Amino acid sequence: MANDAQGTTPVLRLQNVAKTFFTPHGDVRAVEPLSLDIRQGEFISVIGPSGCGKSTLMNIVGGLIEDYEGSVEVDGVQVRGCHKEIGMVFQEESTFPWRTAIDNVAFPLEAAGMGREERVAKARELLHLVGLDGFENRFPSELSGGMRQRIAIARTLAFRPRILLMDEPFAALDEQTRLLLGDKVVQIQQELNQTTMLITHNIAEAVQLSDRVLIMTFRPGRIKRVVEIDLPRPRSSKMMGGERFGHYVAAIWDDLREEASKGLQELERLRS
Amino acid sequence: MASVAASGRPLLPPLVTRLLVIAAGVALWEGAARLGWINAFTAPAPSAIWSGFGKILSEGVLGYSMVVTFVTAFGAAACGSVVGIAIGYFLHIWKPAGAAYTAWVAAAASAPLVLLYPLFLVIIGRNMWTTLVMGAIGCIPPIALKTKEGLDGVRPVLLNVGRAFNLTSKQQFWMIMFPAALPSIFTGIRIGLLFAILNVIGIEFLISVGGLGQLIATLGDRFDYPQMYAGIFFVILVSVAFFWIIERLEQWLLSST
Repeated sequence: MANDAQGTTPVLRLQNVAKTFFTPHGDVRAVEPLSLDIRQGEFISVIGPSGCGKSTLMNIVGGLIEDYEGSVEVDGVQVRGCHKEIGMVFQEESTFPWRTAIDNVAFPLEAAGMGREERVAKARELLHLVGLDGFENRFPSELSGGMRQRIAIARTLAFRPRILLMDEPFAALDEQTRLLLGDKVVQIQQELNQTTMLITHNIAEAVQLSDRVLIMTFRPGRIKRVVEIDLPRPRSSKMMGGERFGHYVAAIWDDLREEASKGLQELERLRS
Repeated sequence: MASVAASGRPLLPPLVTRLLVIAAGVALWEGAARLGWINAFTAPAPSAIWSGFGKILSEGVLGYSMVVTFVTAFGAAACGSVVGIAIGYFLHIWKPAGAAYTAWVAAAASAPLVLLYPLFLVIIGRNMWTTLVMGAIGCIPPIALKTKEGLDGVRPVLLNVGRAFNLTSKQQFWMIMFPAALPSIFTGIRIGLLFAILNVIGIEFLISVGGLGQLIATLGDRFDYPQMYAGIFFVILVSVAFFWIIERLEQWLLSST
């Protein structure tokens, strides 16, 4: 693992990954052949207009879509379907309403057959990591949207995935919660050296969190440009007022604007 | 309600308000019966019914009748729940069957299935098993429908969470689908239970094989209306006991999944 620590061997490798949806109204090319390497501990964001295939890409990598072209490799081994080294955090509310916070986090450990005492101890540690001490026995309905999303993140981290995929996990949250949760994700990612791939619409969020930002074109989705974010770590939302931060946001928006316009035009065409 | 202050806070606790409403109703009924506004023979005054309680308890048949009705209805509800949940699950997983037969099951849920009792008298005979089967048949359709509805309504993201954690199909069902569908399944069981109790009491009433239904029929035939109303009260008591048990069962199942 020495190479991994130095960040030379990709933990996740996508080779010519592409996807076409066959529908009664015709074939839809969602993702054009796309190749990408992600190193250990790297934080990658994928940004693009609605309908560019970002979520499709995440579902391919996460194994929820199995019929695609190309290959996905984890540590050099080709995988297809859900894989224990890849954890997913979803955009929609995904905590189990019938389980308390601690039982939600302990869920994958319980499924793996771990004893109650051990899994509760691990779940407690993770709740501490996401800043939810004292809320162990609360049900999701008693918690805010941001807290529920932190439970979902802790639950995904419970089975120690090498790669964490997050599909717009802050999309349903208000701006202030989104910023604070972004800080928390940065902190967790640094503490665990967690390889992470984030799907987002939010440019500032992508710049704040990422080492690299992948800008995708409107349908069919392909990588238009990769922006290396050379901002010092540890990062936080306080950096957002900085000049370099603003420079990155502007540069990404320059590329994204054209694609977003195409998406909007397509939407208007479909409505008319 | 008059018991709500201008601030929006109730002046009396809800339990007190409820008891007061019941007391007022009973007082009105008592007064109406004594003053001759209603026929005190067919609708005896609450005080007369109260004395009927004493008689029905002293005759010694009430306890046995209650046990018979309780056991039969519980057995019917248990059998009906197992079959209903299995049918609901089948309609959920086999989509063509779900599309083809759900409407039929819904029709069966609203049909007076109790009228099939002569058929089961011929097949099974005049005994408690007929009562049990009729009770079970009554509760199967609503439980099947609500089970299918609950399983169909499990949010895809929860299933994706299970897939992302590499759950086996058995784990996916018992750890995600079943608990997610449980509130809907228990709604079905509550409705089914109502049908089961109605059918059991009705069949006991019609074929006289014991239980509270037969007791009420016998008292009615004797024109002993105070005792008959006391018997009806115990039917309500059995229903309340059932609903209490079902509620506890639901809470226990939810906390253990």
